[in-house]
Formats: sequence, structure tokens, C-alpha cells
Amino acid sequence: MATIDRAATRRRRIPWSLLVFLGPAVLIYSAFMVFPLFDSLRLSLFAPGGSGLGVFVGLQNYVTLLTDPLWSPRFWGALGNNLVFFTIHMLVQNPIGLLLAVLLTTRVLRGRAAYRALIFAPTVLSVVIVGFIWKLILSPLWGVASGALDSIGIGQLYGPWLGLQGPAIIVVSLMSVWQYVGIPMLLFSAALLSIPDEVIEAARVDGAGPFRIFSRIQLPLIAPTVGIVAVLTFVGNFNAFDLVYSVQGGMAGPEFSTDLMGTLFYRTFFGFQLQLGNPTMGATVAGAMFVIILFGVCLYLFGLQRRLQTYEA
Amino acid sequence: MTPIEEVMHTSEKHPLEIRNGGRIDRPEEEEKTLKHRFMAIGAALAVVLGACTSANQSASTAPGASQPVTSQPAGSAPAASAAGETVNLSIESWRNDDLSIWQDQIIPAFEKAHANIKVTFNPTAPADYNGVLNTKLEGGSAGDLITCRPFDASLALFQKGYLASVNDLPGLKNFGDVAKSAWITDDGKDVFCVPMASVIHGFIYNKDVFDKLGITSTPTTLAEFHALLDKIKAAGVTPLDMGTKDMWESATMGFQNIGPDYWQGEDGRKALIAGTAKFTDQPYIDTWKELASWAPYLPKDYAGIAYPDAQQYFESGKAAIYPAGTWDISTFEAAGLKNIGFFGPPAIKAGDQCYISDHTDIALGMNAKTKNPEAAKAFLDWVAGDEFAALYSNALPGFYSLSNSTITLTDPVAQQALDLRKTCKSTIRNSYQILSRGTPNLENELWRVTAAVINGKLTPAAAAKEIQDGLDKWYKPAG
Repeated sequence: MATIDRAATRRRRIPWSLLVFLGPAVLIYSAFMVFPLFDSLRLSLFAPGGSGLGVFVGLQNYVTLLTDPLWSPRFWGALGNNLVFFTIHMLVQNPIGLLLAVLLTTRVLRGRAAYRALIFAPTVLSVVIVGFIWKLILSPLWGVASGALDSIGIGQLYGPWLGLQGPAIIVVSLMSVWQYVGIPMLLFSAALLSIPDEVIEAARVDGAGPFRIFSRIQLPLIAPTVGIVAVLTFVGNFNAFDLVYSVQGGMAGPEFSTDLMGTLFYRTFFGFQLQLGNPTMGATVAGAMFVIILFGVCLYLFGLQRRLQTYEA
Repeated sequence: MTPIEEVMHTSEKHPLEIRNGGRIDRPEEEEKTLKHRFMAIGAALAVVLGACTSANQSASTAPGASQPVTSQPAGSAPAASAAGETVNLSIESWRNDDLSIWQDQIIPAFEKAHANIKVTFNPTAPADYNGVLNTKLEGGSAGDLITCRPFDASLALFQKGYLASVNDLPGLKNFGDVAKSAWITDDGKDVFCVPMASVIHGFIYNKDVFDKLGITSTPTTLAEFHALLDKIKAAGVTPLDMGTKDMWESATMGFQNIGPDYWQGEDGRKALIAGTAKFTDQPYIDTWKELASWAPYLPKDYAGIAYPDAQQYFESGKAAIYPAGTWDISTFEAAGLKNIGFFGPPAIKAGDQCYISDHTDIALGMNAKTKNPEAAKAFLDWVAGDEFAALYSNALPGFYSLSNSTITLTDPVAQQALDLRKTCKSTIRNSYQILSRGTPNLENELWRVTAAVINGKLTPAAAAKEIQDGLDKWYKPAG
């Protein structure tokens, strides 16, 4: 009797506190993130026609997107541009962010807080404003760019970059780098500040110079943050849309040379000018974006982060 | 990325901080003060930028902008309260440039006669309009009156039941078949928008620049046109003012502007729809060839020049001729550029019949789900009438009422463009009816390839092939 009673009470004991604490977040997250995500993936399995959602076509939309002579150049083009966009962020934004963070956490520099605030300032600006400012700066008619280059004697390097097929994506990427460089800087700063002073002082006593301290002490200790910054950059870049749209318009010109996955999605889903929106193909593009981002994040989670955590422990 | 949240989030969870418990305080303290500073800087920037934009706006809406936004004729307030209830109507539109004209001239004129109806003009940015409108209609949050794009965009809205039929509107008798053609079902049974206006393509020229260079006449043939461009260029002035960055100017103000002379207006346009003509035919290749020959006359680095850049360049008096749609007339006049003239696309050779793109551009329809159908119909009927035709054509020089009522314009430049209707045959842009129904979208493709042709990245023949191949993918001519 007694054992049965105990078992019953054990079964009846529901962890209310757990449910109460997790419940709201789970509910809100499910309703506004998880459900729409899966509904969008479901939509990508249909084609327009019939009644309601349309006709179920399985994975046909994905096949169309990847192989159709009409869709595949746009998809692979956007993916390629997106990789360029991401590469430039990884090669320019994050190293500069790290460099700034190292500089701004050294004791010798005066006015560190002011620098940090200024460098972070573009991040809080609206993308529309950033795009507008840079369009004005680079405008061939009244931009300061050609004059500025002239004044240091390299005026012949100036070109109407935003209208040229090769340079346009690079220039747009660098605008984005300019805007968001404050984020890796801040993350790296926070990580660098959390390294115990004793470790660095001990290294200094042992005769290590600043470069050695950086490469042997600081960089290994902030390695987890390097990974986090890389994955945040990846997710942010493959979701990017707003800057290209505000600078180059929905056609991501010239000749789709600045087309990212985000702008391709926008044109497909919402339509542009006379082109009407195609919700199911749009959902397909969104599905492809989801898979790409999921793949990248998984690579980080299972490939990199585990190794870092064991190292940490 | 949502910057600040990500930063706070990840830094709090940072393993090193947890391990070195005693040191947690510092980064967080730093971050707090940092955050405050960022906010202060952000707020300061916002104020500065806000001030800039509002200054811009007040400058650009100078004429007649002195009245407050919610201007209502003085006598209407008592009448409205006597009628018991005021009905509110809201108009969806992409014409955000016209905000002050609707608010200060058109709507007050309507409200004077209909005291119990209050109308709000509620525009969206032109490039976003179709997408935003579709989303609003699907979500049930669209306004009572919908400004109609010509052809398929609006036809699709009617077929989905978002636009109401306006067949029983008495005012519709004021419009001819051509005027209604852009807003009628394929079988001709249902009209779903009241035609408002068309725009005409041609060239706007700066008379001051012409006078300074001793140019007394506008070109009538292509040979004269090119001789003129050479002369202006030799004098050190930019002859033609257009950029290719935004792409649509190339197609709309280039291709559709001079093209009708090559493909003979409606004949060529209908032949494309019937499948008896193709974009790879000589008239189309010749049109692109002519456009490619514009390149040396355009401003330096034109590939990076956007539409507003080109407009402001012309306003600054540095360019002589601006390939235009008549909607630009009011923009230039509002910017203080009064001494301008208009000439139509030059004929290929002397004595040819001239054709102009007189494009049915804008109409007004009724949201089928409006809560105030009677008030909306009253407004539409007024829009179909003579008062609106005169008011609109004069308030917006460059937009020509499609109504049969004869209008005389006070704006001489707009009248010059309107006079082209007397001698030239009208047509509309060839990509708008039927041919932009599929993917790839013909109109958007024309933007892309025409800009590439002018940029020298695509030959006219290659452009023609891309366009025709794209069209062949989905378009099967009837019969």
C-alpha cells in the first residue's frame, strides 16, 4: 500500500514552477516563430491554382528553383553574391572588429569609451539612412567620394561603383561592414575584458610582448567569441535584404549583380513593379534560405562549438 | 541581427565570465554606460536627420503647401454635425509626390460639395505600392479607394474580388474605349476603375541653355537630334541627362519614349501580342541601337546616376535635354525651373508619321470590402466629372485627364506635350497589356536589358534575344 501511494504522489507531482517559467516563452516563440516557419515550409510544397492554398506539388518548387533555366541563374547568382557578401564580412568586418576591440581594451589609449561609442553609432542607424548617406557620398554628380580621392591624388580610381557590375556587390558589402563593425568590436571587447589581468600580467613578467600576449593568451581565450561572431555574421548576412533594397532597389541591379537571397525572396514573394508576387515560389526561396542558414549553424554547433566547449572545460 | 540584444545576450552567457565570477561586474558596468552613450548619440543623430528630412519636405512641397494637413472648408463643420455622422474615406496611392495637391486642392474641392465625407490621401512609395497594396487587401486593412495601376495588376485585384465593378457609375459615360482599355476585363464586360490620367513621353529641354548656345528650334528628326546633341556637347554642356542606375528610366524614358516611332505605335504593339512581330525584329533592335548611341551624350559616370540625381542635375541647369515623362514637368516647375520646353520623340526621317507614348497610367477604383460604398461611389462619380478633370490636369501639369471633356491647361509646357496628341498617333507602353503576365516579367526584363545596352554591357541584338527568349518561355499568342 505504502509503495503504491508513494508512486502515485510521485506521478502526480507536476513541476509547475518549470511550466510557469518556460510556458510564456514557449507559447510566444511557438506562435510567432515556430508555427510561421513550418507553415511557410508547407506553403513551399504547393503551386498556385485550384482552391485555397493551391495544388500540392511536393518538392517540385525546389527542383524548379535549382534547375529551371529561368530560376536557377537567379538562385545561384543570389547565392554566389551572398557568399561574396559573407566573405567580405568575415575578411574585413570581423578582423577590424577584433583589432578595434584589442586597441580599445588596452589601458594606454585615451578616450576609449568615446571611440567605442562612435564606432558603434552606425549600427543603431536605420539601414535606410545608411543607404541614403552612402548613395550620396558615392554619387557621381555630387558625392564627396571622387573629390576625396582626388585630394589624395588617386582620383582616377573613382568609378560609379554602384552602377558597375563587378564593384557593386563589393561596395554594398563594405557599406554593411561599415555599419555593423561595432557588433564584433563590442563582443570581442566584452570577451577581452573578461580575461583575468593576472594572466596577462604573468605573461608580461615572463617577457611576452603585446603581439605574443595577443596570439598566445588573448586569442585562445576569446576563441568561443570568435565562433559566436562568425555564426552571427553568417546568419545576419544570409538574411540580409534591407541594405541592397535601399541602395540598389528591388531589381538589385545592375544585371542582378547585387542580388542576395533576401532580395530574391522579396521580388519573388511580394513581386516588384509589374511582376506580381508568387507566394509559393517565394516560400520556396525562403525554405532554401532556411536550409542554407540551418546548415551553416549546424556546422558551427556540431563541428566547432563542441570542440570549443571541451577545450573550455 | 538586432544589435544591442545580441550583444547583451551573448556577453552575459560568456563562459569565461562565469568561471571568473569576481570579474563579472566590469564588462557589464562598461556596457551600461556604453549603452547610455549609444542611445544619446542615436537620439542626437535621429534629431539631426529628422530635421534634415522635414526641411527637405517643406522645400519640395512649396507651392500651395501653406495650408494645414487636415484642411476642411470653413462651412462644412456645421453641415457635418447636422447630417449626424461624418464618413471617412481613405485613398491608397503610389503618388506620394502629389500629397499636397490632393490635400490642398482636390480633396477640399470635393469636401466642399460633400460636407459629411472626409477624405484622406494615404500614399505609399511607388516601387512598394503593388506589394504593399496586395498585402493590405489580403489583410483587410486597405483604404476605401484604391488608385489603380493600369492593366494586369488591377485586373488581378478585380478578379480576386478586391476591387468593385464601377459599371453602374453614371460618370463613366465621359470616357472613351481607349481610356477605359487599361481597366476593363478581357471580355470587355466589367470596368473596375475610373480612368484618371495618362502621361506622355518626350524630351524636356532647358530654354536658358538653348538660348545661351544659340539654339532656336527643337529637333524634329533623328539627324537633327544628333546634330543638336553634338553641338551641345562641343559647347561643354551635358547634352542628355539620364542615368542607368535605377534602370527603369532607361526602359521607360528611353525605350518606350522613342520606340513607338520605330514599331509604329499601336500596330507594332498589337502585333507583338498577336505574335506576328517579335522583339528580335529590326524596329526593336534599331530602338536599342539608337539608345546605345546616347551613351557619349549622357553625364559622366551615368551608370551610377539614379533618377533623382538626374532630376536634380537638370534642375541645376548643367544639362540641356532630359528624356522625360510629362510627370517630370511639375517636379521641375516646383523646383523653380520655369524656363523649360517640351518636344516629342524625333521622327526617324522627315515626313514620317509621328507616334507618342500616351500611356494610360492611373485610375481610381473602389475597395470591394469598403464600409462606406455610397460615399466611395460619390467620390468616384465626382472623379469621373468635368470639375475633377480640369482640377487634376491643371494641378498636376503633365498628367492628362482621359475624360472626353475638353481641357485647357494653364501650364504652357504641359500644353506643348498635350498638343502632340493633335498630330501624333497615341500608343501605350508595349509591355503593359497582357505581355507582362508571366515570368520572367517583360517590363522588368526591359528595364534590365535596356540599362545594360546603354551601359555597353549588352549588344542590341543580344538584348533583343534575351527579351524574346524570356517571352517565348511562357507567352503563347492566341491563334
